[in-house]
Amino acid sequence: MKTIRVQTADFDGGAECERLVAGQTDIGAVVSFTGLVRGDDGLDALALEHYTGMTEREIARHVQQAETRWSILGVTVIHRIGRLAPGDRIVFVAVASAHRAAAFEAAQYLMDYLKTRAPFWKQEHRGADAAWVEAKESDADAAIRWRES
Amino acid sequence: MTLLYFAWVRQKIGRGDESFALPAHVRTIAQLIEVLRDRGPNYRAAFAEPDRLRAALNQEHVRFDAPLRDEDELAFFPPVTGG
Repeated sequence: MKTIRVQTADFDGGAECERLVAGQTDIGAVVSFTGLVRGDDGLDALALEHYTGMTEREIARHVQQAETRWSILGVTVIHRIGRLAPGDRIVFVAVASAHRAAAFEAAQYLMDYLKTRAPFWKQEHRGADAAWVEAKESDADAAIRWRES
Repeated sequence: MTLLYFAWVRQKIGRGDESFALPAHVRTIAQLIEVLRDRGPNYRAAFAEPDRLRAALNQEHVRFDAPLRDEDELAFFPPVTGG
């Protein structure tokens, strides 16, 4: 099962994992990652903008890439947009596979690519100030390690 | 063609999308940036440092040497910061 959602609403990671494995007995491992809004330096809120259409296509393309590299039995990717407060869930990736190595690696691969390729932009709000988040070199490095030589 | 702008590129230009007739002499994104830069101070501000920008052509990441056609959808934005 493949699920890709971009939404303003919150999600329930536990329920998403259960949905991912429901009715399947060939799955031996589910790895999930939940990203939260960190309240750095008095952050009041994050506002997330995205490129409708391209976001879903770009995520789907990387899910397909993951499927060619690992033996995957199910994937769920959820990314929230709009205004989020510190502590809020922002992103969710879950991968189901027969064995744990594939599930761990594919989940990390998808997160690394979400960070560097999926067209989302974060703006940090502190009081009356709003500042766009700069892309991190460390995120680019994390994605580069998955490149096949 | 359709031009789309996101994040601070959108804010500097003052709009998120517009139709633009691709001039006949413009072949690549790099050349188009030169043309757009002359459309006013808001465009000049947005395109002042092309190194800080990224582009997607018909919803795929591309480099600035990508060739353009008038029916294309071209988006300009800063490096992405999702996840």
